[in-house]
Amino acid sequence: MTNTTYTVIFYLFAAITVFSAAFVVFSKNVVYSAFSLLFTFFGVAALYVFLSADFIAVTQIIVYVGGILVLLLFGVMFTNKIMVTNLKTEVLNIVPGILLLITITGGLIYTFLTRADWYTTDDQLQGSVVEKIGFETMSRYVLPFEMASILLLLALIGAAFLARFDNPRKMNEK
Amino acid sequence: MDFFNTIGLNHYLVISAILFGLGLFAIVTRKNAIVVLMGVELILNAANINLLAFSKYNGGMEGVMFGLFVIVLAAAEAAIALAIVINIYKTFNTVDVSSIDSLKE
Repeated sequence: MTNTTYTVIFYLFAAITVFSAAFVVFSKNVVYSAFSLLFTFFGVAALYVFLSADFIAVTQIIVYVGGILVLLLFGVMFTNKIMVTNLKTEVLNIVPGILLLITITGGLIYTFLTRADWYTTDDQLQGSVVEKIGFETMSRYVLPFEMASILLLLALIGAAFLARFDNPRKMNEK
Repeated sequence: MDFFNTIGLNHYLVISAILFGLGLFAIVTRKNAIVVLMGVELILNAANINLLAFSKYNGGMEGVMFGLFVIVLAAAEAAIALAIVINIYKTFNTVDVSSIDSLKE
């Protein structure tokens, strides 16, 4: 792949990510926001492939698109009346919000590009990263790995407990 | 023009800064709790892009491992947050975060 093709594809995915993220934020319809978030997640996954983190890209697609996005859509459908067809979200603090958006983004870009002199090396990550992740998970990151599994179990139990339909204690009070 | 032709660390940092700003904007301005959660997810994705970009241009594996754990934590956070939002909806019959101002019914 030539350098020009690489650059063009990078800018294509960068544009998809940024514009769909902007649509998520500025769209008034919640369902449109949720579906636009799909394209943002795919664009971010493509950027991960550019960063030679292919395993993270596939994990991003499986967890975010397959899990979190479905969960968010479920939340959108569940927290609106079935008969109401316009799933609108109202906006408040629009002027302070836009001021905050411009200052935070501009300040971050200015700091990243001009003030921060990041250390980069010529010995960059190359090729697939899957094998290295396997070695790291089983050597240096065993404890965080196990803690993540416990945390996921607790989150599963906690979410199922919180979102239960029939709370027996509440039923007895009534 | 050299900045636009060769993709480097700075390009990823600019994208992540834009995503972070948009996520913050969603959190500050939206009334619907679900859209606020979408803003949180955007911010997490921005942080993840930064971690992986620094990992690539540093040559180490630390950022990649942190990125993996960030995705795991994001999944747990989304599940718990959605459960809380559904509980709020059952209690107050709305998910408008600006009208929910009491801890009990």
